[in-house]
Amino acid sequence: MLIKLSGGTVYDPAHGVDGQVRDIYVRDGRIVPPTGDTPDQEYDLRGKIVMAGAIDMHTHIGGGKVTIARNLLPEDHRKDPAPREGLMRAGCGHAVPSTLTTGYRYAEMGYTAGFEPAVLPINARQAHHEMADVPLLDVGGYVMLGSDDFLLRMLRDGRSQAEINNYVAWTIHSTQCIGVKVVNPGGISAFKFNQRNLDLDEQNSYYGITPRQILQTLARAVHELGVPHPLHVHGCNLGVPGNVETSLNTISGIEGLPMHLTHIQFHSYGTEGDRKFSSGAARIAEAINKNENITIDVGQVLFGQTVTASGDSMAQHRNSAVANPNKWVCMDIECDAGCGVVPFKYKDKNFVNALQWAIGLETFLLVEDPWRIFLTTDHPNGAPFYAYPHLIKLLMNKSFRNDALARINPDAAALSTLGSIEREYSLYEIAIMTRAGAARLLGLRDRGHLGEGAAADITVYTAQEDQEKMFEKPDYVFKDGELVVKHGEIVKIVWGNVHTVKPEFDRAKIESELKPYFDRYHTMKLDNFMIRDNEIEDDGRSKILVHSCKKA
Amino acid sequence: MSESASKIWENVPSPFCGIASDDLKIQVDGTRVKVLEHGDAVTIPGFEAPLTDTAPRVAGRPVGLDIAVAEAAALLRTARLPLFSGFGTDVNDTRAAISLVDKSRGVFDQMRAEGGMRNLAVLQDSGWIATTLAELKNRVEVLVCFGSDVEANFPRFFERFVWVPATLFGQDTAQREIVFIGSAPKGSAATAPDGRLPKIIPCTQQALPEVAAGLAALARGNRLQADAVGGVPVAELQALIDRIKQAQYSVFTWAAGQLNFPHAELAIQQVCQCVVTLNKTVRAAVLPVGGQDGDRTAGQVCTWLSGFPCRVGYLRGYPEHDAYHYAGAQLLGNGEADVLVWVNSIGLNPPPGIAVPTVVIGRSGMVFEQEPAVFIPVGCPGIDHAGHMYRCDNVVAMPLYKLRDSGLPSAAQVLAAIEQAMGAKTC
Repeated sequence: MLIKLSGGTVYDPAHGVDGQVRDIYVRDGRIVPPTGDTPDQEYDLRGKIVMAGAIDMHTHIGGGKVTIARNLLPEDHRKDPAPREGLMRAGCGHAVPSTLTTGYRYAEMGYTAGFEPAVLPINARQAHHEMADVPLLDVGGYVMLGSDDFLLRMLRDGRSQAEINNYVAWTIHSTQCIGVKVVNPGGISAFKFNQRNLDLDEQNSYYGITPRQILQTLARAVHELGVPHPLHVHGCNLGVPGNVETSLNTISGIEGLPMHLTHIQFHSYGTEGDRKFSSGAARIAEAINKNENITIDVGQVLFGQTVTASGDSMAQHRNSAVANPNKWVCMDIECDAGCGVVPFKYKDKNFVNALQWAIGLETFLLVEDPWRIFLTTDHPNGAPFYAYPHLIKLLMNKSFRNDALARINPDAAALSTLGSIEREYSLYEIAIMTRAGAARLLGLRDRGHLGEGAAADITVYTAQEDQEKMFEKPDYVFKDGELVVKHGEIVKIVWGNVHTVKPEFDRAKIESELKPYFDRYHTMKLDNFMIRDNEIEDDGRSKILVHSCKKA
Repeated sequence: MSESASKIWENVPSPFCGIASDDLKIQVDGTRVKVLEHGDAVTIPGFEAPLTDTAPRVAGRPVGLDIAVAEAAALLRTARLPLFSGFGTDVNDTRAAISLVDKSRGVFDQMRAEGGMRNLAVLQDSGWIATTLAELKNRVEVLVCFGSDVEANFPRFFERFVWVPATLFGQDTAQREIVFIGSAPKGSAATAPDGRLPKIIPCTQQALPEVAAGLAALARGNRLQADAVGGVPVAELQALIDRIKQAQYSVFTWAAGQLNFPHAELAIQQVCQCVVTLNKTVRAAVLPVGGQDGDRTAGQVCTWLSGFPCRVGYLRGYPEHDAYHYAGAQLLGNGEADVLVWVNSIGLNPPPGIAVPTVVIGRSGMVFEQEPAVFIPVGCPGIDHAGHMYRCDNVVAMPLYKLRDSGLPSAAQVLAAIEQAMGAKTC
C-alpha cells in the first residue's frame, strides 16, 4: 500500500530539514522515494507540522519496580480511571499507568518508542512481559550491571577487560536488551553489606572495588563491544546536596569514553546558600558543553503527585524519609541488583522541589548541543510522561516559563538563574531532542528520521501558538506505516518491536564459568535464566529487531 | 532445559512450586509423566496427575469446543456480574483472562488471594524492606519464621535456600540460626545438618500480633513494662533483637495464607516495621512467601494490565481495586455474582460448589462434586505447552516448557475464543 503525506512542513534534523514543505511517501511500513504511482491513500498536510515519531529514551515502563509502585498506590491510580473505549481496553493512568494505558497515552502524544532503562538481569523477563503489553510503542531495555556479584567478583579478581566484555555481551544477549546501564555503581551491593553511602572513590567493603573502577570498566566494555548506546549511568549520590562534584568527577574520570549520564537533574545539586542546597546546573552544563563524549537526559521534575522507582536501593532507602504518602518499598534482589519505590509529591512552594524544577530547566537551556541532551522526566520519577507537552512549552516559551517561575517558592526562584535565560527551543531542536538525537544515541538507524528507508513512524501536528496543546494531541500518528491515531483518538492497535543489540562474544567460554556459578549460588539454572527469542515473539505480537554493533 | 532421546527432560521448572524449583528430572512416556529427581509432595502430584478429559462438556454432555465456547460466551453476554476466579494459571492464560474480564465487566479474584491481601494491606499502608530467594541463600545469618510452617507449603525451602553447600560470601551455612515464632514446624527440614534444632519461641496464633508488636517496640529501643508479651518473656524477644543487631543479614519470613486470623495484616505490619527499624543500623529484610497455585503470576499480570493489584472489578468499565468487596467467596456467598468462570490450568482444584452457572476452563483431570454448566479441559502450562510463571518473591519469572503433546488447547486460547464469540455485551 502506498500512502502519500502531501505538503506538510517537515522537521527532520537527521537530514537537516528545518521546516521545509515536503511530500513523504510510505510503502509497506517504510518511507520510500517520491514516486509517480497513484497513492492508495493521501493525506493533505498543508499547514501541518511533520516529524518522525517521538522516542522516549528513558522511561520506566516495565519491570518489577513499576509493578510494585502499582501495588503501592491504588489511591493515586483511582483518580485517573481509563475506561474501555473504542479500540482501547480499560486501564488507569497517573503515576504508573497500566501497561495498556501507557501505550495508548504515549501514542496519543505522538510517541512511537520508549526504552526501559533499568532492566535487572534476573527480572528481565518481567520487563519484557510488561513491555509486551504496552501497545503501539516500540520498546527496548538497558540491562543493569555494576552491583551484580559476578561482575564485582571479576573486578576484584583482576579479570581482563576482554573477559569482562564477554560477560557484558552475554548479559545483553540473555536479557534481550539494547544497552547497558549502571546504577549507583557498586552501591546497591554495598547497601547489602550495610554501607549507606558510596562515593566515587570509596570502596565497596566486600569487594574492595570503587564506583570509578566499575564505571570505567563498563564504559569500556560497552564501547569495545560496539554497542551504539554508550554506558547509561545513574551516578553515585543521587539526590545528595553537593553531588554536582561527584557528577563532574564522573565526567572527567571517564577519560573520554562515551558515557550517558541519566536524569542529571538529580545529580546537579550544590551546597551553597542558607539551606545548603543550590543549583549545580551551570557547572554541569559547562562540563557537557566541553566534553563531547558525554550525553545526558534531564529527569525534569514537574509538580504534583508521582512515585520514584529506582534500582538504587541505597539512595531510595535514604529518600524514604520524605516519602509522600509515607509508605515505601526497598528490595535486595538476587545478589544481582535492588530497587526502591518511594512516592513523592513535588510541590511548587517547597524550596527543594522548586529548585529541582529550576535546575532541570536550567540544564535544558544551558546545554548548547541538542543532539546530546534528551527530554525526559525519568518517568515516573520526576513526573509521569504525559507531562511532556507541558515541559516542551516550558522550553519553547520564555514568558510561560517566567510566569511559572514567579509561582514557585521565592527563595528557590531567587537562587536560580532561570529567569535570566533567554533561550527558547525551536521546533527543530525539539525534534532533535525527542527524535533524531535519541535514535542516533541508541543506534536506531531507521528510526527518528524521515529519510528513505526509515520505518514510517510519523507524527503530524497542527501548529499552534500554545505548544502544550500542539504536542499533546497530534492530528495523525503512523506506526510502521499504519495510521494508529487520528485527531487524538486511537484508530488502530498494533504491537511494537523490541529493539536489541547482539554484540559478538564467546558463549562457550563465559558459560563454562557461569553455569557452575548459577548451579552453586543462584536459585535458577543458567538455561532458564536466558530469554530466548521465541519467548518474546511466539505470541505473534512483538518482533525482535537487532541493531548492528561496530566494534571499536 | 534439555531433552534426551528417551524423553527424559532435565532442569525442568515446576509450575506447581511457589519457590519455582527448576532442577527437576522428568520422564515422559506418551502422555504419562513421572518425576525422576527432585520431586516433592507438591510437585509430584502436580506433574503426575493423569490426563482424563479431552472433550468439553455442556451440562455434562460431551460437545465440540466451538459449542462449549459459544455456551460460555452466551452466559457472559447476559451476566450482570461475572466472577472470574481460580487462576492457577501462567502469564498468557492470565493475560487472556483479564482481557475477557474487561470485556464482560467482571471481577478478577485469585483463589489464594486471601493470604496475599494480608500482605497487600501492609504494603499499601506502610511498605517494607524485602529480599529475594538468592539473597536469602547467600546472606542469611538469622532466619525468623513468623507464625508459619514454611516447609508445609514449600517442602524444599530449607534444602534449596538455607542448608546449602556454599554461599557467595563464604558463610558456614551449618551455623545459620533458624527461629520459629509460634509453633514448631511439623517436619524436620529446618533442623541443621548437624542435628541442631531450630529455636522455637512458642506462642499461640492469637498471641502473634502482640509478640510482633513487642518485637517492633524492642527494635525501636523502647523499654517494655511487662515481663512477658503474648506469653513470651520479654527477655527472650530482647535476645532475638540483640542477636539480629549483631548479624550481617537477617530475614523474617511468613506464609500469609497460614496467618489465618482476623486482622493478621496488623501483625505482619509490626514485623515489617520491626525490620524497617532494624535497618537504621543493620541489614535485615522480609520475605513474604506465597506463589502456590499461580497466585503470584495472577497477581503480577493483573497489576500491570489493570494498574491495580489483585481483586479488581471492571464493573464500571474501568478497573477498580477493592480487597474486600471483590472477594470471590463473598460475591458468591451473598448472591452478587451471577456467573462464575473458574480458570485453573495448573491446579486441579475445582470451583467451590455453588449455585450460579459456572464455566470451568480447567486442567484435564479436574474432578467435580457438581457438574458445571460448561467444562472445557485445557492443558497445563509447563507440561502441555510453554509459558511463564512468577515465583513467590515476585522477581523471577520462570520459563515453562512443553513436555508432551496432549492436543489440549491452552486456557489462553479458550479464553480468547470466548471473547471473540461474545460479541457485544448485552447486559
